[in-house]
Amino acid sequence: MMITRQHIVTWLERCAVLLEEKRAYLSELDSPIGDADHGINMARGFSKVVEKLPSVADTDIGNILKTSGMVLLSSVGGASGPLYGTFFMRAGGALQAKQELDSSDLLRLLEAGIQGVVQRGRAEVGEKTMLDALVPAFDALKARVEQEDDLITALQAALAGAEHGVELTIPLVAKKGRASYLGERSIGHPDPGAASVTLLLSALLDVVKSSSRAE
Amino acid sequence: MKKLINAVDHVITEQLEGMALAHPELKISLDPKYIARADAPLTDKVAVISGGGSGHEPMHGGFVGVGMLAAACPGEVFTSPTPDQMYAAAHAVAGTAGVLFVVKNYTGDVLNFETAAEMVHDDGIKVQNVLVDDDVAVKDSLYTAGRRGVGTTVILEKVVGAAAEAGYDLDQCAELARRVNSYGRSLGMALTSCTVPAVGKPTFTLGADEIEIGIGIHGEPGQYRTTMKTADEITTTLVNAILDDGEYRRMLREWDRGNAMWIEREVIDTPLVAGDEVIALVNSMGGTPQSELYAVYRKLAALCQSRGIRILRSLVGAYITSLEMQGVSITLVKTDSEILSMWDAPVKTPALRWGF
Repeated sequence: MMITRQHIVTWLERCAVLLEEKRAYLSELDSPIGDADHGINMARGFSKVVEKLPSVADTDIGNILKTSGMVLLSSVGGASGPLYGTFFMRAGGALQAKQELDSSDLLRLLEAGIQGVVQRGRAEVGEKTMLDALVPAFDALKARVEQEDDLITALQAALAGAEHGVELTIPLVAKKGRASYLGERSIGHPDPGAASVTLLLSALLDVVKSSSRAE
Repeated sequence: MKKLINAVDHVITEQLEGMALAHPELKISLDPKYIARADAPLTDKVAVISGGGSGHEPMHGGFVGVGMLAAACPGEVFTSPTPDQMYAAAHAVAGTAGVLFVVKNYTGDVLNFETAAEMVHDDGIKVQNVLVDDDVAVKDSLYTAGRRGVGTTVILEKVVGAAAEAGYDLDQCAELARRVNSYGRSLGMALTSCTVPAVGKPTFTLGADEIEIGIGIHGEPGQYRTTMKTADEITTTLVNAILDDGEYRRMLREWDRGNAMWIEREVIDTPLVAGDEVIALVNSMGGTPQSELYAVYRKLAALCQSRGIRILRSLVGAYITSLEMQGVSITLVKTDSEILSMWDAPVKTPALRWGF
């Protein structure tokens, strides 16, 4: 199956719902090693994206993602704003004029987004950041796509990769952002940014699953 | 929580509205939020723009005016402003000489200001970013986000604002800013915590007889906690840490205008030594009264004298605060004739005003 423009719109709406539901959970994760606002900031940012969606829903996927990135950039704040904003803006840039995405397009979405996050944040895997969920998700998705598995199977593998990546952040010492000032005291806590990545992926899986049932 | 607020969500907006009424010489935009000189845009002078989370007042909005900042962008309390604010502020104040963004080294501020610089550059405005990272509480830059930007910011914004007023071009302003940052060292401590309005409870907790040395201005964890001490003992701890601080090396990013990309340069701060001349800032974290700051200054002056450090200028008061936190930070910035003449130049802002 293909991911349509409508799927992307529904995905972003689903992200907003899920982030609102998990707002307190994400902020709690951010409490011991950050400043307890990750859930509040992400929920606010995606609610602004949803407000903006009607004005771009009829364009193309690249434009929808790029516009969403710009909204996140100006509404999330903190470090997550530029990082998520850059992710969506770069992902959109890689998918200009696309009306639907096949699995290789989905790989490009993630790859371009990840490259943007790496450039903006100058982080690498293992530093207790959102990359610790994004990169294993991409690797798992790529392996499944190369085996020509169906989209749902591939996305399930991506989500599992991201969730495993979040668990792997628990014993890590943070080297980026405010958490880095805690040094060894950051051990024992998962990274909130990595956790929010899994929510966005699970929202995408939800949308694709429910659409395939409808078919 | 007891605070003079009407509604938690309106704290920043109402503060800006009040500031606009009290200071007609400022132009204040509420959406997106920025504070600018009312006589902007500047025609042929560099526009020095700063910003950061709110809750540190008078920094930065109180430093907007002739001889200091052209504009300031306030974020939510303790939260970085977003690039659309810096972008709008730059367009409101920039003339032909371009924009210098002064950025305190916190990951959110750095990423948002870098994004803003790219946007401003794309519009054909000359831009450069300079970082302030002077908090000696952070020892290494390899395994952390590096030293945080604290008290040196105040002195840097004054000095570089004067240079811009004197007609320095963008590269000259940036070079002077980097030198002031490299010459500056700070350390703070907390007697009490502070409460972010939207959170409603203290950012951290200290026991009745407990203090924290090396606290960050957003309540970032310090170096250690200890029991309450005398003003002289606390001042000695802070001043010795600053004067005994060794060489500090890190990679700092700057904008390569020609190639439209970020490049990294190694910057090395050398220790203060006997014979150095400094500007000294004794700063209240918000809740500590002026009387106690002078008690700290008294000991600071004695310690500097015994170590052969000459204090040429001083600033004692609340300039970079953490809401109502009780505590103090000390900043020493090595000075030279150029920095000193820029420090002495006239300034006319809500919080710093002399020579007019």
